[in-house]
Amino acid sequence: MTREAYWVLVWRQFCKHKLALAGLAVIGVMAIMAVLAAWVGRYSPTAYDLEAMLQPPSPAHWFGTDELGRDVWARMVHGTRVSLQIGFVAVGIYVAVGILLGALAGYYGGWVDLWISRLIEVMYCFPTFFLILAVLAFVGPSIYNIMIVIGLTSWPGIARLVRGEFLKLRSQDFVQASIAAGAGDIRVMFRHLLPNALAPVLVSATFGVASAILVESSLSYLGFGVPPYVPTWGSILSQAQEFMDIAWWLTLSPGLAIFITITAFNLVGEGLRDAIDPRLRV
Amino acid sequence: MTRYFFQRMLLMIPTLIGITIVTFGIMKLAPGDPAELKAQTVQGTLKGGSLPEEIIAETRKLYGLDKPVWEQYARWVWRLVRLDFGDSFKDHRPVLAKLKDAIPITLCLSFATIAITYIIAIPLGVVAALKPRGWLDQLIAAGLFILYSLPAFWVAMLLLVFFAGGEYWNWFPLTGFISDGAERLPLLNRFANIGWHLVLPIVCLTYGGFAFLSRFSRASMLEVIRQDFIRTARAKGLSEWRVLVRHALRNAMIPLVTLMGTLLPALLGGSVIIEQIFAIPGMGRLGFEAVLARDYPVIMAIAVIDAVLTLLSLLLSDLLYVVVDPRITFGSRS
Repeated sequence: MTREAYWVLVWRQFCKHKLALAGLAVIGVMAIMAVLAAWVGRYSPTAYDLEAMLQPPSPAHWFGTDELGRDVWARMVHGTRVSLQIGFVAVGIYVAVGILLGALAGYYGGWVDLWISRLIEVMYCFPTFFLILAVLAFVGPSIYNIMIVIGLTSWPGIARLVRGEFLKLRSQDFVQASIAAGAGDIRVMFRHLLPNALAPVLVSATFGVASAILVESSLSYLGFGVPPYVPTWGSILSQAQEFMDIAWWLTLSPGLAIFITITAFNLVGEGLRDAIDPRLRV
Repeated sequence: MTRYFFQRMLLMIPTLIGITIVTFGIMKLAPGDPAELKAQTVQGTLKGGSLPEEIIAETRKLYGLDKPVWEQYARWVWRLVRLDFGDSFKDHRPVLAKLKDAIPITLCLSFATIAITYIIAIPLGVVAALKPRGWLDQLIAAGLFILYSLPAFWVAMLLLVFFAGGEYWNWFPLTGFISDGAERLPLLNRFANIGWHLVLPIVCLTYGGFAFLSRFSRASMLEVIRQDFIRTARAKGLSEWRVLVRHALRNAMIPLVTLMGTLLPALLGGSVIIEQIFAIPGMGRLGFEAVLARDYPVIMAIAVIDAVLTLLSLLLSDLLYVVVDPRITFGSRS
């Protein structure tokens, strides 16, 4: 079976999982909203209108307005952009780091494996959220810093996964054959081994996007995320706290947005996992 | 068994050293001169104004910050070994005293959370496994999936408004770990008071873990039910209840024991935000406030202690695994 045929098969299996497809559709819509935020949002996310403070949802302001008269729908739409960006970029960084370290450990074994495995264990033991919080306090809040900090602290899971897959695959005939044929280490690792180990990484990365989005919104909620003028779901929630009993729409929309996004990514992750390894479907 | 235990302990040493190196490294990379910061807090009156060079140099010397980095590291580790975490920059209390107040609170919260997660999640998984793909199975899966995706800090906000704010049902206290003056109550009442304070935080910390754990217990149960000894037990004419509880469940529990250790790191992380929202003076809140105040000694102590607690819980779950499953033997291979 060629590699293309394998992924076609995975896609076909994935399509049978209706909820996962729905999740994918939700993510698609959110991505479009994020790209076209300026149009979809209708208003500027930062424009004040002190005559329209704390208004409930209405045809003019679909999701109401906040304590400074800013349009909540516009802020939500722009928040989508921040959340998705952070989710994808942070996960991209840690998947890259994890694959590299896991591949080295699993392929070379011996001392390399011993050192990298210790490193994985050390990072695994660290309280990741606290670590992210502490580092962000030092480097200052910005979208890029959040991406980098999440990216550099969350790789142990992927590294462990890739290492395990490589250990399993290493002794198989096709790998021995390509080594015998004179393929270099790099080529064997990334052309022959990695494509066969990629499926579980993809599943883990999908769940990873959900948790990165959750981490980002928690950080923004605590005031450690992005600068206050940048609208994010977490910061809208944090501001909403003061007005919870008089302005329910301020609390409801960001909370639901986070919930729906996380659910969508988790559903896609489930669907992918089922599609990739039917044995796991119990 | 003893040999395995000692092997595991030996393997922990490089990890522990790694933990201290990473913590120390991060603090070294942090911008801002700790000596200046320390001198500033000592000279509280000089807030905002620049400090004379001599005072900073003196502070630097006092704390050994003029020494080479490796020597600073060695000194710090040597103090750690003797459980000397230094004084807090913020209020000059010894960090150890602060930790002594905070650690029991967080551990209490974490153990209660783990226990309740197990008590609720395992029966759900077992019930789901009785008729796989049945309506009950699907209902449980869907419900837990939704819970899993609900952001805890949002749920915490809503719970506070509805059950503690006074607007709706004023059933639980708004914040804190124990009521003022409740320390003097008899033991039972004191526990009741703490429990009353912890209901909402524990709800927020537990529900996310249900999905993970009950899925495991369902899979594990399905795996066991398929096996021959279950068929034998049924053929013997044992009641279905007895087959399930005495024969299947006992064996299905074995892999679940190891998960106990993996729950703790997530809890220590999650408790930062939950303790902050509910104003519970545990490790999470102490850590958060230390980060806000750039209280380096406290941050370093908490990072190391959290990591060590996680390491110990991983060790404990590995050992438990050996204890509960007599088929696994380590070290006796020769």
